[in-house]
Amino acid sequence: MRSAVRALRYGLLVVLTALFVSPLLFMLVTSFKTSQQAVETPPTWWPDPFTLQAYDRILQAADTPVLRWFLNSMLAAAANALLVVATSALAAYALARLEFRGKRIVFALIISTLFVPPVILVIPNYEIVGRLYWLDTLLAIIVPTAAGAFGVFFLRQFFAQLPRELEESAYLDGANRWQIFFRIVLPLSKPALATLALLSFLTNWNDFLWPVYVLFSPENQTLQAGLSTLQSANSVRYDLLMAGAVVASVPVLLLYLVAQRFVIEGVSRSGLKG
Amino acid sequence: MTATVTKAVPDPARDRVGKPPPARRRGDGLVAWVFLAPYLVLFTVFVLAPIVLGLWISLHSWDFTLPNKPFVGLDNYTALFDPGSVSFDPFWNSMQATGIFTLFSVPLLIVVPLAVAMVMNQRFRGRNVFRAIYFAPYVLGVAVVGVMWRFLLDRNIGAVNSYLGALGLPDDIAWLSSVPPAWVALVGVTVWWTLGFNAVIYIAGLQDIPRELYEAATMDGAGWWAQFRNVTLPSLRPVTMFVTLITIISSANMFGQSFLMTNGAPARETQTAIFYIAETGLQNFQMGQAAAMSWILTLALMVLSVVVFAIFRLRGSLESS
Repeated sequence: MRSAVRALRYGLLVVLTALFVSPLLFMLVTSFKTSQQAVETPPTWWPDPFTLQAYDRILQAADTPVLRWFLNSMLAAAANALLVVATSALAAYALARLEFRGKRIVFALIISTLFVPPVILVIPNYEIVGRLYWLDTLLAIIVPTAAGAFGVFFLRQFFAQLPRELEESAYLDGANRWQIFFRIVLPLSKPALATLALLSFLTNWNDFLWPVYVLFSPENQTLQAGLSTLQSANSVRYDLLMAGAVVASVPVLLLYLVAQRFVIEGVSRSGLKG
Repeated sequence: MTATVTKAVPDPARDRVGKPPPARRRGDGLVAWVFLAPYLVLFTVFVLAPIVLGLWISLHSWDFTLPNKPFVGLDNYTALFDPGSVSFDPFWNSMQATGIFTLFSVPLLIVVPLAVAMVMNQRFRGRNVFRAIYFAPYVLGVAVVGVMWRFLLDRNIGAVNSYLGALGLPDDIAWLSSVPPAWVALVGVTVWWTLGFNAVIYIAGLQDIPRELYEAATMDGAGWWAQFRNVTLPSLRPVTMFVTLITIISSANMFGQSFLMTNGAPARETQTAIFYIAETGLQNFQMGQAAAMSWILTLALMVLSVVVFAIFRLRGSLESS
């Protein structure tokens, strides 16, 4: 009976896993096919001949600078993660540990925007980014999304849990707030900071609606926005589309593989304390 | 600057060695605002100001490319409720599309991830690997997911139709250009893409349920189903509420799947509200109109959230009484 349950469970897991892995595998396989072979039915699971021509083509063509998109995305996501972590950590520390007039109001204001649907910000932020002359630049991708409330909320929860004694004894030794923050609180918070950096990186890397409308020039696009350009320009060249999708997936999948625990724990923690 | 501020503050903790330092220290005020400043600048410019500016824009005939933007009062709003206006049909059609999508995806994204989480919460070999696999699509982002599934769901050369045919099922389904198949495709792909996200939150919730509750239930002779109904579900209520709310919000903001897979086809049937808002405001630059639409969508969402919140509260009080 027990082994029957176990067999059933593994059977279910294997089917589910196949459902999750096979589309990705097929994407990868297709990217190594010729354009004719990519659209053959029934689908084949091995490229014959095995060719890199799709990659060659998307990496060469001037209208689809995939490498440039890749660098843009990397730069934007990394800068955004850094900005989020730096500004949120400072603010979260003030909200977790410092006493000042208006603290409750500031905190309530920040938290209440956690539940503001992002759609409300799209139109006015386009206007603001336009006024700042940031349209069609990576700044439009890096800065506005760093203003979210999640990072502050997440780090504040973490800082509030740190034992106060360490800070108190440093304070008695004559350390000021900055020294306490930089020498004690930040080093103790590395896991939380890394988690937030990672979540911000992934969110920014995968952002779609905003870059599609804010970036116009082919050379300024991010990978996600570029993919949609690639799709509308080559709607029948599935070998090219899959190669582009692979280029966009591999770095995040690698990052995810390395930091999987942080990502998953970050998400689950954010959910429970939300 | 801050160093001098802190030094100028008399250090009360030093004068009362042995006593716990007072919770409120004078002088934190200015330091605190310096800590807050960088974030608050971003927050004010890109969150608070836009909320107000959005309302302002919605009261004007606002075109990004035009120099003068005349005040029109509530015209942008009334136009959306006037069946004779140009935007009436496409807007409410897009609201309906968002509604249909939300209606079908939310229950699936509450129930299926819970089932997966329950399986994943048991001890067995390779559990973490499975968990990582089911979460992976979410990491890929909507662009990769959309481009990939558009290929797999292509009517003529797609793998999905090909395998359906091999199983003796209809193999000529226009997944991306006819309804209802397009809805099945959009909802199915979304579940595939985000199932892992909700499951991870459920798993954390399941792990927080004290084992003693199950032990007590077992002592009382409760079977699997009774345990699920009387221990698991009530204990998970806050988590389920959170999952429900974020799933509703993200479903109501669905854009990429529809943009990349169906491009709103057939006609505008699968064009979601945010898709239409973005098209109106950021492509045709009728920003006043688009801002009014986003406020209507936001209000609808807020009402829905309050209803969900009330339902969970009500259920909670019924169960505890």
